Amino acid sequence: MINPNAKTLLEVRGLRATVNGVEILKGVDLAVRAGEIHAIMGLNGSGKSTLSKVLAGHPAYEVTGGSALFEGRDLLGLEPEARARAGLFLGFQYPVEVPGVANSQFLRLAYNTLQKERGADELDPLEFDDLARAKMKLLDMNPDFLERSVNEGFSGGEKKRNEILQMALLDPKLAILDETDSGLDIDALRIVAGGITRLATCDNATVLVTHYQRLLNYVVPDYVHVMQAGRIVTTGGKELALELEARGYDWINAAPPAIGAAA
Amino acid sequence: MDTAARNYLDSLLTGQAQMPASPLAWLNRLRAEAVDRVGALTVPTTRDEEWRFTDLAPLTRIPLQPPRQHSRLRPADIERHLLPEAAARLVFIDGVYAPYLSTGVGDAVIAHNLGSVPAAQTAPFESRLGRLAAFHDDVFAALNTAFLHDGALVAVPPAVEFERPLHLLFVATQAAAVYPRCLLVAGARSRITVVEDYVALAEGSYLTDAVTEIAVADEAHVEHVRVQREAAGAFHIARCAVSLARGARYRSTSVALGARLSRYNLDVTQGGEGAECTADGLALIGGEQLADTHSRIDHAQPRGVSRQLHKCIAGGAAHAVFNGKIMVRPGAQLTDSAQASRNLLLSARARVDAKPQLEIFADDVKCAHGATVGQLDSEELFYLRSRGLSEEAARKLLTYAFGAEIIERIPVASLRQRLEQAVLAQTTVQP
Repeated sequence: MINPNAKTLLEVRGLRATVNGVEILKGVDLAVRAGEIHAIMGLNGSGKSTLSKVLAGHPAYEVTGGSALFEGRDLLGLEPEARARAGLFLGFQYPVEVPGVANSQFLRLAYNTLQKERGADELDPLEFDDLARAKMKLLDMNPDFLERSVNEGFSGGEKKRNEILQMALLDPKLAILDETDSGLDIDALRIVAGGITRLATCDNATVLVTHYQRLLNYVVPDYVHVMQAGRIVTTGGKELALELEARGYDWINAAPPAIGAAA
Repeated sequence: MDTAARNYLDSLLTGQAQMPASPLAWLNRLRAEAVDRVGALTVPTTRDEEWRFTDLAPLTRIPLQPPRQHSRLRPADIERHLLPEAAARLVFIDGVYAPYLSTGVGDAVIAHNLGSVPAAQTAPFESRLGRLAAFHDDVFAALNTAFLHDGALVAVPPAVEFERPLHLLFVATQAAAVYPRCLLVAGARSRITVVEDYVALAEGSYLTDAVTEIAVADEAHVEHVRVQREAAGAFHIARCAVSLARGARYRSTSVALGARLSRYNLDVTQGGEGAECTADGLALIGGEQLADTHSRIDHAQPRGVSRQLHKCIAGGAAHAVFNGKIMVRPGAQLTDSAQASRNLLLSARARVDAKPQLEIFADDVKCAHGATVGQLDSEELFYLRSRGLSEEAARKLLTYAFGAEIIERIPVASLRQRLEQAVLAQTTVQP
């Protein structure tokens, strides 16, 4: 929901980044206000996943220019954990398997770390179990997943649901969901999309990074951005996604130059 | 021979001659035989292939002798080391049996102290003591045998199954050379779980030179948990020799956390058809610690199975060594063996030497082995940090998880929990 008076959560200007010396982001501009849902679309290699990782602080990427402010704070100077504690959440495209660490143990540790940061009460294992089970129900997840190692042996769809479960527990101000729809069958997509929609409020914001328009049938974006060669080259409303679906990405090259960040 | 090493061994033998003779003539003969071997052998050096990475020079610079005075402990002193599940407990303080701290020992079928075996019941021990763990080429086994006095002798009669574990607790309290000894004879189709546990109540340098012998008869099942939590300045050198008869099963989980220098030799011989052995291990060390595990699993008969997962976690300037030999003798067809050595380095100064060794002399066998040495996975670290965990918390959690895979295999819940806590406490970040 667009509210021009809402607080700006994220403001990215001219962001440039390299990995192994290769420049991937070549001047990204993006502004996200509270209450908004953004979709960043683009072909493979356009830099959308890199943008997600750079914003979350992945150590393999080096920022070479530009700025990113999160609620007015310099995001790029923060460690990944400090970004998470400030309220940024990255839903991974490929959630990492962590053998030997029980999902419940991991989720509770993360939850309590953020609770502590926010000056709220930490939960003991029993209390947390109740909370986690309630959230899992919303995502139609089997409670057995709490006892298994983090993401180990999970199917693609289960991993993505586990990401949304973490988002539901950690209650971020800004969630960047990187290809959360990939690898989901239609039922799982509906459940995941339902979770994302339910978690969206007028105080938080969501950025969906996606290849396909499919997810956007369920989570309706306020803004759609198209990334190409490390920049956001065009921005429009939800109809832009439908146009991309119908016409592909090629026509954008012939379109007028980038209009940059959302107004 | 190196005079320093000779003098060192001679000094270790000080007092041996004054040991009171045992009423068991065979025991006196065994000790004398062992004293002779100590005289003929020397302390291994890094020029010996088996000791390439483990330099004993620091040990030979510390003159140690058997304890001159026996420490007396209160039950409260060892309380935190007790296992509530244990059906019986034998406690040895600096190698000396402490009957007042031991329980369940009156039951002849469970356990004896070597000093108190009724003469009529010595037969199963006489034929095996010092025979399974031959000391001909092993100066530390010879030293242990030369000083053989107290020891945990356990005979499980055929078909008797013990559900609850037997706890053998070896407590170090002073700067001395001590010689713990265990012998377990599991009768046909019997079943027992034994926890061999080395702990310390004092800091400082001492030597634990331990020998354990285990004979598992036809279709018997032995679970052997070994925990080494010696003091930071201790030297721990141990040998465990296991012989498996037809269809026997032996599962061992060994955890090494303590000691400045530790060496554990595990030798398993599958002397009967269709025997199974699992030998898992974890060494978790930091600072200047060295932990060396040498294992040898000898498939001498057909249809044997062996599984081994050995893990080392080394931080600081620690040095972990693993040498795992799998032998498949001619005729040991249909052997099924898998061995994995997984090693985690927590710092740039830590070091691991891992060497799997296969010697296969039969053609119809299945043998898999592999070794990896690595650091914590950077993607896993980032994933945890992206959820708000500090880098230190993320490192601890991943390190803990790496070690927990072995700890989880321990079949005694209270020990498992205690070791999980110990691993959590010990997994500090050491740049």
